[in-house]
Amino acid sequence: MDMSTHTDASDATALPKTADHTKPVKMRGEKVSVFYGEKQALFDVDLDIRQNQVTALIGPSGCGKSTFLRCLNRMNDTIDIRRVKGNLSLDGTDIYDANVDVVELRARVGMVFQKPNPFPKSIFENIAYGPRIHGLAHNATDMEEIVVSSLKRAGLFDEVKDRLKEPGTGLSGGQQQRLCIARAIAVSPEVILMDEPCSALDPIATAVVEELIDELRQNYTIVIVTHSMQQAARVSQETAFFHLGYVVETGVTDDIFTKPSDPRTEAYITGRIG
Amino acid sequence: MNGKSSDDHISTAFDNDLRQIENLVVTMGGLVEEQIEQAAQVIVTRDLEKAAALIASDKRVDEIEEEIDQLVVRIIALRQPAAQDLRAVMAALKLASDLERIGDYTKNLAKRTQVLAQVAPVGNTAKSVKRMCMMVRQMVKDVLDAYLSRDLASADEVRLRDEDVDQVHNNLFRSLLTYMLEDPRNITPCMHLLFIAKNVERMGDHTTSIAEQVHFLITGEMPDDERPKGDVTSTTFVEAGSAA
Repeated sequence: MDMSTHTDASDATALPKTADHTKPVKMRGEKVSVFYGEKQALFDVDLDIRQNQVTALIGPSGCGKSTFLRCLNRMNDTIDIRRVKGNLSLDGTDIYDANVDVVELRARVGMVFQKPNPFPKSIFENIAYGPRIHGLAHNATDMEEIVVSSLKRAGLFDEVKDRLKEPGTGLSGGQQQRLCIARAIAVSPEVILMDEPCSALDPIATAVVEELIDELRQNYTIVIVTHSMQQAARVSQETAFFHLGYVVETGVTDDIFTKPSDPRTEAYITGRIG
Repeated sequence: MNGKSSDDHISTAFDNDLRQIENLVVTMGGLVEEQIEQAAQVIVTRDLEKAAALIASDKRVDEIEEEIDQLVVRIIALRQPAAQDLRAVMAALKLASDLERIGDYTKNLAKRTQVLAQVAPVGNTAKSVKRMCMMVRQMVKDVLDAYLSRDLASADEVRLRDEDVDQVHNNLFRSLLTYMLEDPRNITPCMHLLFIAKNVERMGDHTTSIAEQVHFLITGEMPDDERPKGDVTSTTFVEAGSAA
C-alpha cells in the first residue's frame, strides 16, 4: 500500500457506504429475552440484521450487546442457567428450533473473538481444521485451495505465504486476528459475528482489520460488537444502541452518529453516560 | 456522580472546552453588535474619530475568530465529537466566520465614511443606511440570544427578517441611481454609499446564515423551505428623467 494512502475502508470498496434497506433480512430477532438464572440480561429485543451489511452493536458494558451477539450462533448454549425467549431466525428459520444442528449453525454463523485465539498449530492447520471437521475438502489440493483463498480473503496471504508451516501463535497480534478471521471464513459462513475484534490491536492493525471488514461485507453479513464509537461509525452501515438490556435505538449509522433520535443514544455517543 | 447533571460529559475538560467555545462566540457577537451600532452612528454623524476607533476594533474580532478556529480544531482532534457536540463545534466555526465577515463590512463602512465626510450629504441616504444597520444589529442580537438559549422559533423568525433589510436596500439603490443621474458630482459619494448599502445588505445575509446554523444546531437539519428573498437590485433599472 502506498504510504500516502489511508488504510480507511471507505476508499477501497465498490459497495455503497450507507445503509441499503433493500437488502434482505439475513437474521431477525423478535422479542428476544435472555435470562442468566434469575437475572434478565435482555428484554424483548427486536433487531434485523441485513445481508451484506455491517451491523454494529454499541452500548456501555453490561448492556446486553455481547449476550445478543452470542445468541446469534447459540454460543450461550454452553451456559446451563441461560434461558432464551422470543424468536431468532436465520433466513427465516428459527435457530433455536429443536431440529437445528448447532454445529452446522455455527459453520453458517462464524465468530471472531476479542483476543486473537489461534490454535497452537501451524498457520495452515489453523485454517484447515474447520473445513476438515466439516468435510469441506475432498483431497489435499482442495484443502490447499481453501486455505490459500481464506488467507487471501483475510488479507493475510502475502504476509505468511512462505511460512504456512510455522505456528500461528508466532504471528503479530493483528496478523493473529486476521488468521482467526481467515479461520472463520474457511468454513464458508454466511454471517460473521465479531466481538470487539480490534480491542487488543494497535491502531495500524485496527485500520487493516477495519478495511478487511468492509471488503468482507461484499460476501458476508457481519455483526460487530465494539466499544469504539469511531469504529462503529467507520465500519458499519447500521447501528443498534443497547442500554440496560434494551435496544434503545436502531438505525442508519450516519444518522445515529449525527442526529440520534433517542436522548439516551445521544448521551452515550457524546460521552455523557458511562 | 461528582454532582454532574445528565447534560454534562463524563469528561469535565470537554464540557469546559465546549463552554469556552460558546463564550467566545457570544463575546465575538457582542463586539460585532457594537461595531454595527457604531457603524450606524458614524454614517450619519461622520465622526472620524469614532470611525477610526471602529476600524481599530475589528482587530479584536479577528483575534477571537482565530481563537475559535484553534479551539474547534483541538476539540475535533482530541474529542472526536458526535451528534449535538459535533453540531455545536461546527456551528461555532461557521458563526465565527459569519460574524467576522460582518465585522469586516462595518470596518469598510467606517473607511468609506472618511471619504464621504469630505463632501456634502446626499439627501437622506445616510439615514437609510443607518436604518438598515439598526435592523441588522437587532437581528444579530436576537439570533445570538436564540443561539445561547437554543430557541428554534426565534432563530427561524430572524431568518425571515432579512427580507425587510432587502426592501430598504432596494429603495436606497434606486435613490442612489437617481441622485447620480441628476448630478454627476453626486457620483463619488453615491458610489461609496452604494457599496456601503450592499455591504449592509450582505451583513443581513450573513445573519441569516447564522440563523440557519442555529436551526441546524438545534434540529440536526438545515431549514428546507426557501426563505423569501427581497433583493431585486440585480435587475433594477433607473432611466434618466424618471422619478426615484
